[in-house]
Amino acid sequence: MQDFTRRTLLQGGTALAATGMLTGPALFDFAKAWAQSAPWKAEPGAKLTVMRWKRFVPAEDDAFNAMVAAFKAATGTEMNVFSESFEDVQPKASVAANTGSGLDLAWGLHTLPQLFPTKVLKMNDVADYLGNKYGGWTDAAAKTCKQGNDWLGIPVATNGGYMTYRKSALDKAGFKEFPKDFPSFLEMCKALKANNTPAGFALGHASGDGNSWLHWVLWGHGAYTVDQNDKIVINSPETAKALEYCKALYESFIPGTASWNDSSNNKAFLAGELYCTANGISIYVAAKTDASKKELTQDTYHALWPVGPVGKPTELQLALPILAFNFTKYPNAAKAFVAFMLEKENYEKWLDGAQGYLTQTLNGYESAPIWTADPKNAVFSQASKRTLPAAGIGTVGEKAATAIADFIVVDMFANYCTGTKDAKGAMAEAERQLKRIYR
Amino acid sequence: MADVAIPRAKPQMSEDNAWTQLKHNRNWLGFWFMVPAMAFLIFFLAYPLGLGIWLSFTDTRIGRVGHFVATENYEWLWDDSIFWLSVFNTLLYTFVASALKFAIGLYLALLLNENMPFKAMLRAMVLIPFIVPTVLSALAFWWIFDSQFSIISWSLKHLGVINQNINFLGDTTWARICVIFANIWRGVPFVAITLLAGLQTVSPSLYEAATLDGATRWQNFRFITYPLLTPIIAVVMTFSVLFTFTDFQLIWAMTRGGPVNATHLMATLSYQRAIIAGQLGEGAAISSAMIPFLLAAIMVSWFGLQRRKWQQGENND
Repeated sequence: MQDFTRRTLLQGGTALAATGMLTGPALFDFAKAWAQSAPWKAEPGAKLTVMRWKRFVPAEDDAFNAMVAAFKAATGTEMNVFSESFEDVQPKASVAANTGSGLDLAWGLHTLPQLFPTKVLKMNDVADYLGNKYGGWTDAAAKTCKQGNDWLGIPVATNGGYMTYRKSALDKAGFKEFPKDFPSFLEMCKALKANNTPAGFALGHASGDGNSWLHWVLWGHGAYTVDQNDKIVINSPETAKALEYCKALYESFIPGTASWNDSSNNKAFLAGELYCTANGISIYVAAKTDASKKELTQDTYHALWPVGPVGKPTELQLALPILAFNFTKYPNAAKAFVAFMLEKENYEKWLDGAQGYLTQTLNGYESAPIWTADPKNAVFSQASKRTLPAAGIGTVGEKAATAIADFIVVDMFANYCTGTKDAKGAMAEAERQLKRIYR
Repeated sequence: MADVAIPRAKPQMSEDNAWTQLKHNRNWLGFWFMVPAMAFLIFFLAYPLGLGIWLSFTDTRIGRVGHFVATENYEWLWDDSIFWLSVFNTLLYTFVASALKFAIGLYLALLLNENMPFKAMLRAMVLIPFIVPTVLSALAFWWIFDSQFSIISWSLKHLGVINQNINFLGDTTWARICVIFANIWRGVPFVAITLLAGLQTVSPSLYEAATLDGATRWQNFRFITYPLLTPIIAVVMTFSVLFTFTDFQLIWAMTRGGPVNATHLMATLSYQRAIIAGQLGEGAAISSAMIPFLLAAIMVSWFGLQRRKWQQGENND
């Protein structure tokens, strides 16, 4: 656990210096004015302990810390911020919920607030305030945080992943632009393979990459793990079609994708062995910051996920919701902080710092400067709009999160694509595993 | 003293007596000397084991107390093909890796027991795989067997032996071979060095006597070295089997149980379900299911160790 003030000192005053650099005293002025007029007045002597996921982009962390510092200065709230790796956020938040102490706010992944709906502070007023002010919430973001009419948390942002490809390879394969539907996407992958400039998507136990593209294939064919009533419907003709399609794709991939984890496609793409994959913006950002990869950077483009036979986008993007616990002694300070983070003056700079790694969940930020700063960033602005909630069409919550974490869909596709099982066997195994989770 | 005491003081006296007796009771004193060790064992071994077994009978999730569900977790595991696949993988992994580790370890030990130049240095070098942190060596193997950047594929390609990368960790058979290879690499030093220690306790005079009687080298090994080494072999192999059976780090760093669960061991599956997916109860059931296998391995060596035949050669029952 790091105390915010100590952290500030340790990092050579990075946070404060960053505030100075990024925003100048203007941010403090804004924060002061905001604190005066905001609907939530932080309790005097309030103290908030905030847990967040560990940043991937240093500039994002700096922007976040600058907001924290401004909030602290304007409201007098003592802020104690510490970060945990992706895997540790949920267990730690669960323990806090269970013991009723230790944390006031937790910024986590997926459907975190749904895991303990009775332990969170209802955020209806914050959601209404922000929604009204900034053009409303995207559908998936709202579903991720809502239970009935109650907001269990606030969907702060989405971490989007999109098609990342080498334009020269596509040109050579005869594709002027990135395919928009499934058949032409398959054609493109085959053509890329024929030119020895293959595509590749992870079929191994890659929690981020594997799950996102395979759910896209599954949902794109109108197949789901469970229906609206959480009845298991994986064993269906639609799933069979998705399996066939995926196998055809798999055969056109660079060899070895069954062993890939989350970093494999980044490595292969940056080494110039892979010409099309799906990933967060990190591949492009890494190429951009590496002087020796100038050519690769110029040749790298992003595209939306093609739309499947269902006729609407079926992406799976990573939601990043924040929640406050109802046992916090300072509910107003907690609400004020969440609302403060998502105000335009803060949020747009924050998105800037994240370099495309974070996407807004409020429609009003679609015009944020980050999306036009580099035309190649633009597709990432769609992440919150084009994603389905992690549960597909089923109930958002613990069981859906477990099914994803347990690689049920990934294993089903991998079983069929690698020839370990036939379609029936692969679907039966997935069905059996889902029954275990949805029992 | 009792006959002069007034009746009222009697209980006092007898208590004193009991206390004095207790004070001089060696068993009572011994009990107190044992307490620290017992407390240590109970808190750090018995309690976690008991807790694990208890959890396996509940539907506990991370951060939430569960309810008792009797054997439901086990019933679900009973016809869970992934669970049985992990059992098969674990047995295959343990059996093949342990057998090869024993063979290579024994060979190395015999080799290192000979007189040769730089003996001390060579012996120290053999230990290197054992000293390197498992995660580091696993990461090294992960790179060595990478589907795109494997040094083996690269070398063979440049030698013109193959024209496409070998799909080391993406093919089920290859993946199993690779993780077993990594485990052997890591486990051989332990076996070799321990057996070497055993070899050095064998008195050279036995070999001298045997050589005078005209024994061949093979007979030397078969009738002197091997019988005298059996108790050490029993201990080493028990440990080796236990370590291999419960291996986690190598698999997790190299394949995460993939491809298509072909390298999922019971330990990694338990971790995936308990910690990653949050179902502590079910993960605990999987790790509790390892106990019978481990007990069997321990029993073999325990009863084996008690038999003099094992300790002192074939004909000494």
